[in-house]
Amino acid sequence: MQHAGRAAEIRAVGIGKSFGSFQALKDLSLDIGRGEFLTLLGPSGSGKTTFLMILAGFEAPSEGRLFSDGVDITDQPAERRSSGMVFQGYALFPHMSVEANIAFPLKVRRKPEQEIRRRVAEMVERVGLKGHEHKLPSKLSGGQQQRVALARALAFEPGVLLLDEPFSALDKSLRGQMQAEMKRLHEETGTTFVFVTHDQSEALALSSRVAIFNHGELLQVGTPQEVYERPGNRFVAEFLGEINMLPLRDVRPAGDGVRGLCEDREIALRNAGGGARTDALLAIRPEHMSIAREPGPQENGIAATATSSTYLGSATRLELTTRGGAKVTVSVPTETARQALGEDGGVWLTWPQDRGFLLPASG
Amino acid sequence: MLGRSIHPGAALLLAPLLVFLGLAYGIPFLGVVKWSVTLPEPGLGQYGALLTDPLVQSVFVRTFRICALVTVASVAAAYAIAYVWVRGTPGQRLAAEYCILVPFWISVLTRAFGWVALLSNQGLINTWLRATGILSEPLMLVRNEFGVVVGMTHFLIPFAVFPIASAMRSLDERVLLAARGMGAGRTRIFWSIFVPMTMPGVIGSALIVFVFALGFFVTPAILGGGRSVMVAELVYLRIFQSPDWGLGAAISITLVVIVGLLSAALFRYLKPAQMAG
Repeated sequence: MQHAGRAAEIRAVGIGKSFGSFQALKDLSLDIGRGEFLTLLGPSGSGKTTFLMILAGFEAPSEGRLFSDGVDITDQPAERRSSGMVFQGYALFPHMSVEANIAFPLKVRRKPEQEIRRRVAEMVERVGLKGHEHKLPSKLSGGQQQRVALARALAFEPGVLLLDEPFSALDKSLRGQMQAEMKRLHEETGTTFVFVTHDQSEALALSSRVAIFNHGELLQVGTPQEVYERPGNRFVAEFLGEINMLPLRDVRPAGDGVRGLCEDREIALRNAGGGARTDALLAIRPEHMSIAREPGPQENGIAATATSSTYLGSATRLELTTRGGAKVTVSVPTETARQALGEDGGVWLTWPQDRGFLLPASG
Repeated sequence: MLGRSIHPGAALLLAPLLVFLGLAYGIPFLGVVKWSVTLPEPGLGQYGALLTDPLVQSVFVRTFRICALVTVASVAAAYAIAYVWVRGTPGQRLAAEYCILVPFWISVLTRAFGWVALLSNQGLINTWLRATGILSEPLMLVRNEFGVVVGMTHFLIPFAVFPIASAMRSLDERVLLAARGMGAGRTRIFWSIFVPMTMPGVIGSALIVFVFALGFFVTPAILGGGRSVMVAELVYLRIFQSPDWGLGAAISITLVVIVGLLSAALFRYLKPAQMAG
């Protein structure tokens, strides 16, 4: 079954939302593509859930307009928008069986009895709940309830499926399983998915694009790779995972990148982004850095001292302090750590020239 | 909670109540039990009479009928009040709160006589109906079952509100949002989601009202005017007026047993519901 033709395309223009004097969302503009899997990522209180509620129609924006397939739906109430929604905690109807839960949106739409039965059976099959059709939600495990919620939300083939932290109640192993399942459902249905989470690994694993929120502002939108490897600012860089920051002076353009001074060592950076400025922060993910007795010819390197090491089996995690006093974390193969570390812990911190990116020195 | 054993200190705190209940209720109650099987002669003759005496039977039937009507009326009204109390605007909530609490401050006697003043032949309603020419003869609103039902319902509504309101409060708002998001209108959400989900509260409330109503004495005595006698009043008549202590005792023991069984049903029903909540 392909419903890609039904998938909605959503455009938010200048959306703002205030609760009294508190601004939950500020001037948000965002295009959500047809059939896309977009994740709204941010810490709690960042405005991501408020935006989802506005998309669903449960909250009206204080400013701005919302369009679905070019039609202005800003003033349309939730019950007329018909977006599928999976709530945190699932919000299943506790007095209805699995079947009745899934059938509910179809009954609301006054579909013929036969079609309802066919569609419910199809959804039950699709989310792997065969044999549980007549059970009440309270008799199901968390993962099974999650599946009912997904089946119910997708039963009427909505143009967009909104998911509010659907995995927060599941334990870790089940999460991975449900994530894979959701990815499959997205591919099978072709519907536009908008997914809210505060878990960055979930966001990176699932989405075609990630939108990162903080303090009611949309900071950056991009593919998981873009936002992880080329974050637009320090918050995005730090929120998406561990990152090392080194001050860089005397930054100037050079070839297809920039050069600068890091603790009096000449550093080259390709595809640095961010434009050249005199002072900046050089940001590098721990897994992109290594250690060596001497830096190679095409590598950047600065001198550092290891202050602690944690053995993690195949990898070793090292905390280092550079000569200039910056704290750095790296994760290297245990064998590399053994060979590179000197008696006194002195070592070179190295990274390829195409790794790392520039961030403004302040903020 | 029931599985936990009682702390010795807590037992000590409970002791005065248990002693008081034993002395003031337990022992006299045993006395009543004794009357029911010894007066006028030893045996179960009075219980046999219960099953055959048409007067006693008609009183029991009337009592159940009145209690059923009162339960339906109280629970229906309480549902509406609880709805406004839990889901209304702040102003509506305050108004509902007064409607629930004020009756508690007025004694049952005052309220019964208040209804007499309203409903009797020379009461406000009949006077007004005749003054405006709608009726020429007064409408019989009191000294009958109608008056008793009105008065008892009025008394019991506040008690019916609490279990319903608590069921409405514990309802997960997101479930209603989910239904809305799927395109359901207000009417459908109310009848197919909200009402079924608050049904445990309704059943609990109905049991409480019914059990409470079974033993009503003052209200039916005043508003029934001796014409629609309920069980409690019959006991009173058998003890203080006939006097037929044996039969009176047998009737009251029967009432206690019925109330006890219904209360057991109530607790059994409420317990799993509360655990699930």
